[in-house]
Amino acid sequence: MGEFLNDWGLSIPTFLPIIGAAVMLLIPKDREQLHKLIALATTVVVAVFGLLLLIQFIDNDNYGALNFVVDKGWIDVIDSRYIMGVDGISLPLMLLTMLIVPLCVIYSWNHFPEPHNPKAFLMLLLILETGMIGTFAAQDLILFFVFFEVVLLPMYFMIGVWGGENRRYAAIKFFLFTLFGSALMLVSFLALYFLADASTFDMRLLPEAAAGIAKSSQVWVFGGMFLGFGIKVPMFPFHTWLPDAHTEAPTVGSVILAAVLLKLGTYGFVRIAIPILPEAAAEWAPFIGLLAVIGIIYGALGCLAQRDLKRLVAFSSVAHMGFVMLGIATLTDFGINAAVFGMVAHGLITGMLFFLAGSVKERYHTLDMSRLGGLLVQAPRMGWILGFCAMASLGLPGLAGFWGEFPAILASYNPAAVLAEETFRSYMVIAALGTVLAAGYLLWMLQKTAFGTPREEFANDPHVHDATVSEYMAWAPLLILILVLGVYPHLLFGATDPAVINSLSECLDSSTSGACFDAAAGK
Amino acid sequence: MLSALPSIVGFVRPDIDWHAVAPELTLLGVGAVVTLLDIVLLERGRAYTSALAGIGLLVALIPIVTLAADGTTREMFGGAFVVDDFALILKAMFIVVAYIVVLLSTNYVAEGDYWENEYYGLMLSAVMGMVLMASARDLVTIFVALELLSIPAYLLAAWRKADPKSNEAGLKYYLMGVFASAIMLYGMSLLFGLAGDTRLSAISDAVSGSDANPVVILGIIFVIVGFAFKVSGFPFHMWAPDTYEGAPTPVTAFLAVASKAAGFVALMQLVYAGFPGRDDVYQPLLWILAVGSMTAGNLIALRQENIVRLMAYSGVSQAGFMLAPLAVAGDIGGEALSAVINYVLIYAAMNLGAFAVIIAVARRTASGEIRSYAGLFKYAPGMTVVMSVFLFSLAGIPPLGGWFAKFAVFRAVVEADTGWGYSLAAIAAVNSVIAMFYYAKVARMMWFEDVPEEADTSSLRVPPSLVAALGLTAAATLLFGIYPAAITHFTDGTLIALP
Repeated sequence: MGEFLNDWGLSIPTFLPIIGAAVMLLIPKDREQLHKLIALATTVVVAVFGLLLLIQFIDNDNYGALNFVVDKGWIDVIDSRYIMGVDGISLPLMLLTMLIVPLCVIYSWNHFPEPHNPKAFLMLLLILETGMIGTFAAQDLILFFVFFEVVLLPMYFMIGVWGGENRRYAAIKFFLFTLFGSALMLVSFLALYFLADASTFDMRLLPEAAAGIAKSSQVWVFGGMFLGFGIKVPMFPFHTWLPDAHTEAPTVGSVILAAVLLKLGTYGFVRIAIPILPEAAAEWAPFIGLLAVIGIIYGALGCLAQRDLKRLVAFSSVAHMGFVMLGIATLTDFGINAAVFGMVAHGLITGMLFFLAGSVKERYHTLDMSRLGGLLVQAPRMGWILGFCAMASLGLPGLAGFWGEFPAILASYNPAAVLAEETFRSYMVIAALGTVLAAGYLLWMLQKTAFGTPREEFANDPHVHDATVSEYMAWAPLLILILVLGVYPHLLFGATDPAVINSLSECLDSSTSGACFDAAAGK
Repeated sequence: MLSALPSIVGFVRPDIDWHAVAPELTLLGVGAVVTLLDIVLLERGRAYTSALAGIGLLVALIPIVTLAADGTTREMFGGAFVVDDFALILKAMFIVVAYIVVLLSTNYVAEGDYWENEYYGLMLSAVMGMVLMASARDLVTIFVALELLSIPAYLLAAWRKADPKSNEAGLKYYLMGVFASAIMLYGMSLLFGLAGDTRLSAISDAVSGSDANPVVILGIIFVIVGFAFKVSGFPFHMWAPDTYEGAPTPVTAFLAVASKAAGFVALMQLVYAGFPGRDDVYQPLLWILAVGSMTAGNLIALRQENIVRLMAYSGVSQAGFMLAPLAVAGDIGGEALSAVINYVLIYAAMNLGAFAVIIAVARRTASGEIRSYAGLFKYAPGMTVVMSVFLFSLAGIPPLGGWFAKFAVFRAVVEADTGWGYSLAAIAAVNSVIAMFYYAKVARMMWFEDVPEEADTSSLRVPPSLVAALGLTAAATLLFGIYPAAITHFTDGTLIALP
């Protein structure tokens, strides 16, 4: 078993969804039940693979290094190889993906958004899954880039075909923003290839090979990556595609977007930009930190100004990703651990909130908070779940959200030695203020939608009912994980910490000459 | 008495390697048979012509395969005609492209009641010109090849005699083409005057050592500009939209892919075999052409309402991408050549595919308006998916073939490691985003919009030859994207053999 997983454990779950999609392509559109079953079976098998990988990963007990490494030739002429592997940073995110996608299939089982067509919808979902899992597994820059882009098209169609009123605008905006970033990112990857000592796209070798690049070039190359990843995160001021995309996307699209797609950006920083170009990262860090705290405050203020529930959750994403980026900008192992935890927690919590927003929309046919109210009266269980998720989102200790935010704030008290302490401490104060605002807008949202009595127009509406079986099935795993990770965060930190330390080893170990975050080396 | 003639004028018959010229001769033979068929069988011959042309093209592939298997570089006529890897891969491409164009034309020509024999006869002659171009390493041979491929194309563009638009297309193409030929010929005469020889190797020796000689600079510029017309590079692209719109759509596909590729073949030979020592002249010129083409083509394409005109301007922009590696050719050498060949091959697959869809859809809508694609997904989902594959491939989205073509271009210009190279990379990056906008506009029409009220929404019937063309091009587009080694296996290290 172990040997099989080592060889095929990553390739099979990566490409299984696309095989499932190909099978669905051959089946006529009107056999909807069959399509749903194929999609569910495929995603569940992928999730089971995820579980096996997890067990084997724990058994291997080597969290810091890459597990299940596959290294085969792919495009020889450009020295790009098919290299896959996961460590403690990528495995949690990959498992999150493998978990979320089947839940999305279950959630949409009986209510596909207009214009229906489950065949096309589920096929796009499966292609998306391949792209997302592949991105987290790829250990070659070009392979990473390809998977990173594979995600774009299905999401574009998902928003554009199944989205809301303004879907065409939102879909193309999403696409163009991301494409702009990734085009420059690709130029950066190429520059890295040619400037580094070894001509390679292998992410395992590049940290060492890129050390010799002149600092001024490093700063430029990092800039291209910053745009590529920063737009995907999205960081202020590139965030404007996010509220539109989220608001217009169908529920499942929003969930995937929030839970996984945004993480591709932050993951890129943690996995690629910082380990490969630490010196440039140190130059950029204060700027990234600044944009991160602006994002925190701006996102929170944006939330307070929303009338639309889904848009509010979207802006809260901007704020939460601000915390993640702040953690990354500290360039400490502590901060980056917090960031990885924040990614997973945000995926679980915000994914849940988008599920809830979708369910509210389905019952009330509106997300206008001034028309909502009394969810606790009409659908008490759903109301409590919303309350639970709001609490998790505002960072209540004991729930997962806390471990994303609090350590990030703490880490900015003591950033890497090369960074100015005063700057990051002031960021810390601003970020702390952000948590207060977060509590403000989430409680306000809860008050508007869950508390009070239902509006007259909905008081006797038969459409408004409590959560259904498929909703419970889709939500239960997320809710349980939010609680479990909140109570016992070591489950995740235990896996991420060795990997983070390993990815920064070039920089943290002050005994070597490559100790770029060391105060003496930096100044 | 005739046998005595050579000895009188001192003419020695050059050695002819029949194997090396077999592809050209096959095409010549098939073209002659197609024409004879018309004379002998008259109307009865019409039904066989397209099949004969198609089979003839496939037969012409056989000597190319045997030549490739043989692997030696063959030279004839003192190096004026060379068969090397570079020539073979492009000859194969021209023939496969022509075969797909025949597939596209079969129903179009038969149902439009056009003359079939002439149509295919002219097309075969143009293909012969292209195949010859891939081997031409001599100014006169290049010129003959160019005219051999251009003159039939002028006629084909005006094939729909009753339609004034088609007449305009043919006339405009003809006038602009002749104008370009004249400029090029003038440039060639300047270069010949300097070198005293028409072979590119001799030209190369002559121009390398003549630093600031304005005659050399002018000659190089004129020759390159002449081919800039052929590849529809800005600002010499003006004929393309009108010609593309007015010509029969299969001919448009032929012009947009094969004819453009022939222009690039000539440019590559000139840059690598003719002026390798003068990158100080051709690099800035090609840089300007590349940046101008990709930017202007894109910006004008944004405003197009007609799908064929959109494809014309997109073709201008794509030409800019193909020119880009040549603008750093002197700095990085062979890498740029592989990048251009990769791009030309991948572009052929995806662009032909897009035209196949346009032809298939026009059979229903009888319209070239982008609006007529509204709601295609509702009644022709397969066609919509395939068209999306081609459009997003043209835009360069992985894992479709176009990404690798664009990637190879980026790689080449970044590798140059010069200000010119990096600025070209940044401009190309921005342009690939702009291009996405108009490709996505067509995709949006097909996927997101509702079907117009009056439209016929019964499922679309596609003739088998078009299905075959779509299948081939779509499979190639996906294969090149997922496994680029399928193409780099042939193009990597392909160099123009220098005598």
